Amino acid sequence: MPASPAIQVLTANRLRDGDVVYWRNGAWVEAFTDAEVFAEKFAADTALAAAQKFVTDRIVVNPYLFGVRVDGGQVRAIEEREIIRSEGPSVRRDLGKQAREAFDVSI
Amino acid sequence: MYRYDEFDAQFVRERVEQFRYQVERRLSGELTEDEFKPLRLMNGLYLQLHAYMLRVAIPYGTLSARQLRMLAHIARKYDKGYGHFTTRTNIQYNWIKLVDVPEILADLASVEMHCIQTSGNCIRNVTADQFAGATDEEIEDPRPLAEIIRQWSSLHPEFVFLARKFKIAVGATEKDRAALLFHDLAVQIVKNAEGRVGYKVYAGGGMGRTPYLAQIMSEFVEREDILAYLEAVLRVYNQDSRRDNIHKQRIKILVNAIGVEEMRRRVQREFDEIKSNGTLQLPQQELDRIAAYFAPPAFEDLSDGEPSSLDPTFKDWYRQSISKHGQPGYAIATISLKPIGGVPGDANDHQLDAIADLMEEFGISEIRVSHEQNLVLPHVRKKDLAAVYKKLKALKLATPNAGLVTDIIACPGLDYCDLANARSIPVAQDIAKRFADLDRQHKIGELKIKISGCINACGHHHAGHIGILGVDKKGVEYYQLQLGGSGAEDASIGDVMGPGFTARDIGPAVERVIDTYLQLREDGERFLDTYRRIGMEPFKNMAYLEQTYAAH
Amino acid sequence: MPLIKNGAFVEDSFVTVADDVELPTNGAIVSLARFQKDRDTLLARNAPLGIQLKSAESPETLGQDVHRLSLIVLEFPVFRDGRAFSWARMLRERLRFTGEIRGTGHFLYDQISYMRRVGFDAWDVADGFSLEQFERALHEMTNVYQPSADGQKTIRDLRAQRTS
Repeated sequence: MPASPAIQVLTANRLRDGDVVYWRNGAWVEAFTDAEVFAEKFAADTALAAAQKFVTDRIVVNPYLFGVRVDGGQVRAIEEREIIRSEGPSVRRDLGKQAREAFDVSI
Repeated sequence: MYRYDEFDAQFVRERVEQFRYQVERRLSGELTEDEFKPLRLMNGLYLQLHAYMLRVAIPYGTLSARQLRMLAHIARKYDKGYGHFTTRTNIQYNWIKLVDVPEILADLASVEMHCIQTSGNCIRNVTADQFAGATDEEIEDPRPLAEIIRQWSSLHPEFVFLARKFKIAVGATEKDRAALLFHDLAVQIVKNAEGRVGYKVYAGGGMGRTPYLAQIMSEFVEREDILAYLEAVLRVYNQDSRRDNIHKQRIKILVNAIGVEEMRRRVQREFDEIKSNGTLQLPQQELDRIAAYFAPPAFEDLSDGEPSSLDPTFKDWYRQSISKHGQPGYAIATISLKPIGGVPGDANDHQLDAIADLMEEFGISEIRVSHEQNLVLPHVRKKDLAAVYKKLKALKLATPNAGLVTDIIACPGLDYCDLANARSIPVAQDIAKRFADLDRQHKIGELKIKISGCINACGHHHAGHIGILGVDKKGVEYYQLQLGGSGAEDASIGDVMGPGFTARDIGPAVERVIDTYLQLREDGERFLDTYRRIGMEPFKNMAYLEQTYAAH
Repeated sequence: MPLIKNGAFVEDSFVTVADDVELPTNGAIVSLARFQKDRDTLLARNAPLGIQLKSAESPETLGQDVHRLSLIVLEFPVFRDGRAFSWARMLRERLRFTGEIRGTGHFLYDQISYMRRVGFDAWDVADGFSLEQFERALHEMTNVYQPSADGQKTIRDLRAQRTS
C-alpha cells in the first residue's frame, strides 16, 4: 500500500557520468540508503530549489522528488522505476549500485 | 562491404571534433541541457536510468571482424563488458560516461564507425534484410542503395530538425525480413513489366502509440530518380507535419490526416522540381561504383552436400539456424542471441571477440545484425558448419531457437530505459523458460513474440504474432496482450486482447494462448494463420480463464 | 540585436514593425498578416520592405511577390522547429528569391552551418556571440554529402573531380 506522498527523496543524475545520485544535506550521495528523507513537503521543496544551483554549476541534471515509504524502519521507493534506479537492472544483479556493496534487493 | 575513402574518414573525424566541442560547451555551461539534448541525441547519446546509453550505428546491419573487435573493446574499456543489439540493427551500450564519449567516437571512427543520427528527430539508421548479398531470393543486394541513402541523409541540412524521428528501410525480396511496412519510409527494389529495375516507395508506417502500415507513394520510381523522390517525401514531411503535439508528429500521422492521394500529390510536386533541378539525380555510374563495394566474396567451388556432425545436438541447431545461400556449398547461419533465461539481444565482449576470431578462421568476411536482435553469418561454407557450430556452442551462442517461440524480441525496458513503464526482459525470460523444451518449440513452430516496455514500441510489439506491451497501472507493472501482428510481407498490426495481466500472470496467459493455438490449429498453420482464421475470441476466453475464477 | 551578414557584424538597416505601428520611412519588416492586409500600400512604399514569417507560414503564400522584397526573416520559435530549413530552400530554389534571408529567434550555434547551406545569409545573434564562433560554426564540417541551395560541391562531386 503506497505511503503518503509527503515522504520524499530528492534525486538527480550526475552530468559527467550519468550516475544516479541522491540529495543529503546540501550534497549528493550515491547510495539510496544514505539519502535524506523529507517528511515534510516544505523541506523537500526547499531542497529541490537548492538543488538547482547544482544544475547551473553543471554537477547534475534534472533533479526531482519522488515518493518513498517507510516499511518497518527501512525506507523504500514506492515506484518500480525508482527502486531500479537505486539498485540497478533487476536482470543483472551483478551490475550497478546493487553490486557495489552488500545490498538488500527489494524486487 | 562499403569502405570509407578519405572523404568519409574526414567526415566522421570532424564529426567527433564537433561533438567534443559540444561536450566542452555543455560542461562549461554555454549549452543548457535542453539545448545539448538534441545535439547529443544526434550522436546517439541518451541519459537513461543508470547512466548514459550510447547507440552505435551499424548501417544496414553489416559489420566486419575488425569492427566487431572494436565493439568488444568499447564494451570492455568504457562499459561493463557487454552490448545490446537493437531492433534497428544498431548496438547500444548502457553504462557510458558523457566525458568518455568523444574518445569512444574517436575509437569508432578509426574503424569506420560512428553514432551519427542514431537518435534525435532526424533520419535514422537505414536498415535492410540481414540475408542481403547471400540469399538467392533478392532482385539485387539492397545495401548499395541503403549506403547511398545513408550518405545522402547524413547531416542533411534541411532535415536535421524534423518533427520526429524518421526511419528508412530497403528491401529487395518478396519475403520481408526488415519490417518494411512499419517504417516511415520504405524502398522496395522491384522489376517493372519491361524487366527494368526500379523502386516501389512506401511512406507513413510506424509503431508507437498509433501504429500504421506504410502506404504506397509510388509504384515505380526510376533508379536515377530515387534520391530526388526521397528528398521530396522528406521535404513534404518537414514542411507539413505538426509541431504542436509530440504524439502527432510522425509522418504516419500526416499521411493519414491528409490522405495518401494528397500526400502523393504534394510529393510529386516537390519531386518534379527537385528532379528538374538535376543535382540529386543518381547516375547508374554512381550506383555501380557503390555496388562494387558490395560484390560478393570470392566463393569457392564447393559441393552442395548436406553437412553432418558427430554432435547429436548439431541437427537441432542446423534445422533452425541455417538458411539457403545463393551459392552452392554455402549457407547462411543465424546466431541466436536469445539463450533461454538470458537477456535477448545482449552479447559480451568475449563473445564478440570470439565471433571475430571465428570469422577470420573460417574466412567469413562480414557479419550481420537482424532487426530481431540476432546475428547472422552470411557466407559460411557448408563443410565448415559443424566446426562453426562447435565454436558457437562453446560461446553459448548456439541456442537452436532462431525463429521459434523462445526467439523473443524485447526492448531493454524498465531495467534500463528512462522512457519505460514496465520491465520487459524478465517477461521474455519467464516465457522462454516456460517453453524451453525444444520438442515443444518444434511442435509450436514459427511464433514471433515481441515485447515492449512502453508505448514507444522499440520491442516492435505491434508486429508480434503475440505482442506484449508493458504499462504502468497505479505504480504496478501490467502487460497487455496483442495477437496477430506481423512484420513480414503479410504485415499487420496486432489486435489488443483486453485488460492487462500482472507480471506473475502474463507468462501463464501466454501459455494458455499458445495451447489454444495447438488445440485449434489446422494442417500446416502457424500461430499467425490460426489467429487470422479463427479470430481473437477463443484466445481471449482462454487467456482470461484464471481471471474469471481468481480473487484479486 | 547584433546582426551578422556576409561574415561580419553589420548595422541593421531594417526596423521590425508591429502590426498596429506606423511604418518608418526606410527599411521595415512586417508580419505576413500585415502584408496580406496592406499589400499594395506596402509595396508602393519607396523603401525596402521585409517580411517576417513564423515557422508555420510557408513562403509559398508570397509567390512572385518575393521579388519585390529585400528581406525575408524566418523565425525559429524554438531550435527544435526545423521548418525554416525547408522555407529557406523554397525561397532560393523554387521562388528564386535573391534578397536577404535572415534567421531570427532561438537557433543554436550548431544550426548555423545548416542554415547557411539551405540559403540563409544573415543571422540575428545573441549579445556576446563572436565572429570567431560564427566562422568556427561554418567550418566544423569541411565537406557535405548532399547538394543544397548553397551550391557547395558535394563529396560525390569531389570524388568525380579526383578521378577525372
